[in-house]
Amino acid sequence: MNWPDFWQHVATYLELAAAALAGGIVAGIPLGILASHLNFARSPILLAANLGRVIPSLAVLTFMLPLFGVGLAPAVAALGLLAIPPIVINADLGFRAVPATAVDAARGLGMTNAQIFRQVEWPLAFPILFTGVRTAAIEVIASAVLAAFIGAGGLGEYITEGLQANIPRLLFLGAGTIAAIALAAEFGFGFAQRRLEVKT
Amino acid sequence: MWRRSLSISVSVGFDSVVARYPQADRNAVDGVSFEIPAGSFTVLLGPSGCGKSTLLRTVNRLVTPTSGTVTVGGRDIASIEPTALRRATGYVIQAVGLFAHMTVAQNIAVVPQLLHWDRERIEKRTDELLDLVGLDPQRYRLRFPRELSGGEQQRVGVARAIAAEPQVLLMDEPFGAVDAIARRSLQDEMLRIVRALQTTILFVTHDVEEALHLADRIAVMRDGKLLQYAAPEEMLRAPASPYIAQLFAVNDDLRRYDELRNALSRRA
Repeated sequence: MNWPDFWQHVATYLELAAAALAGGIVAGIPLGILASHLNFARSPILLAANLGRVIPSLAVLTFMLPLFGVGLAPAVAALGLLAIPPIVINADLGFRAVPATAVDAARGLGMTNAQIFRQVEWPLAFPILFTGVRTAAIEVIASAVLAAFIGAGGLGEYITEGLQANIPRLLFLGAGTIAAIALAAEFGFGFAQRRLEVKT
Repeated sequence: MWRRSLSISVSVGFDSVVARYPQADRNAVDGVSFEIPAGSFTVLLGPSGCGKSTLLRTVNRLVTPTSGTVTVGGRDIASIEPTALRRATGYVIQAVGLFAHMTVAQNIAVVPQLLHWDRERIEKRTDELLDLVGLDPQRYRLRFPRELSGGEQQRVGVARAIAAEPQVLLMDEPFGAVDAIARRSLQDEMLRIVRALQTTILFVTHDVEEALHLADRIAVMRDGKLLQYAAPEEMLRAPASPYIAQLFAVNDDLRRYDELRNALSRRA
């Protein structure tokens, strides 16, 4: 067992997933806010998000190849695209769930639009929005295994190697570690959600 | 910047106010002119869709009149920055609109926070207000809105609206969603509270009984127009139109029925 190699793969895997999730958040939340606030933008954004949900991650990775070549960049781009739909959909849901009466009251009390957003809409939308981030994180972690297929490395390499050379031990090492990371993320996000979530 | 002066009430004037919503085929408010004297408890009364809520919402610029002017303390509010105007104007709505993620104390402190009061002053004021609306500060300060009954929520709604001592208080069917018994006690407390406040109050309702109970003046509206603006006694004695006479006559019958029933039940 080559430990430095193992930790290297774990680190690459986490970096991949974290970068993709960060990208998904940065792109997904504003899109979700747009969809929830502008009626004309809602259908196209949600349609795109739902389509994005249907396309298999491996297909997205393959499409990335001609655009970015092989390596880390296309893997991050593909996984990032994968992270966007659940975040967009939940951000839209979260902001739509904010009671119109709360916004009316906030405006009537003299809050500016920015204050209404920060002090009323965001905290009320946050629990649902965060659930989307959590879903995206799990999806990204589960799918980052595919990055090895386009030469981005990570724990997926154990699986590709294990399959090619028929070494079950390697397969289990890769799959088991990925499963452990996914579970840890699920619990970690669950814990963070309970901590961050403002009581409603 | 527009400054409000503490506890000196002001008049509210409407001059040929017309308000029409986009895509509507008629004016929601159709040329309303009258002057509400400082310190008055004026009830805007009329059936749903008569424009009373729209008229109310022109006073804090949640609705911008299509034409005409609204004045507060003699000043055209079109020249006042909307957020500054709203912070000096209390606003209570039927749905209450408490912020679910904030405690009772935080809800009440919204406007003082916006006005950058210091923390001590806010805390003192919050407790004072909870006392005023009949909720024990110790017990209620840290509760969340979902832990309150409908009546308690609306008390907090009222406390939040008057936290920064507004010159004008706007109330849009504030007791419409609470049950009849809680409603009556809220009305009575409302009267007690506003006597201490000296604020000019505009109160929207479609309930004639409620209007008679609370108002020192009633403005009856129908189809966007003001039919009569007068003290309740005057309106009962000299209704300006058959519609108004009928509005209060129906109510008279009901009152007579209630009295009769009470008398009978006392005898039984």
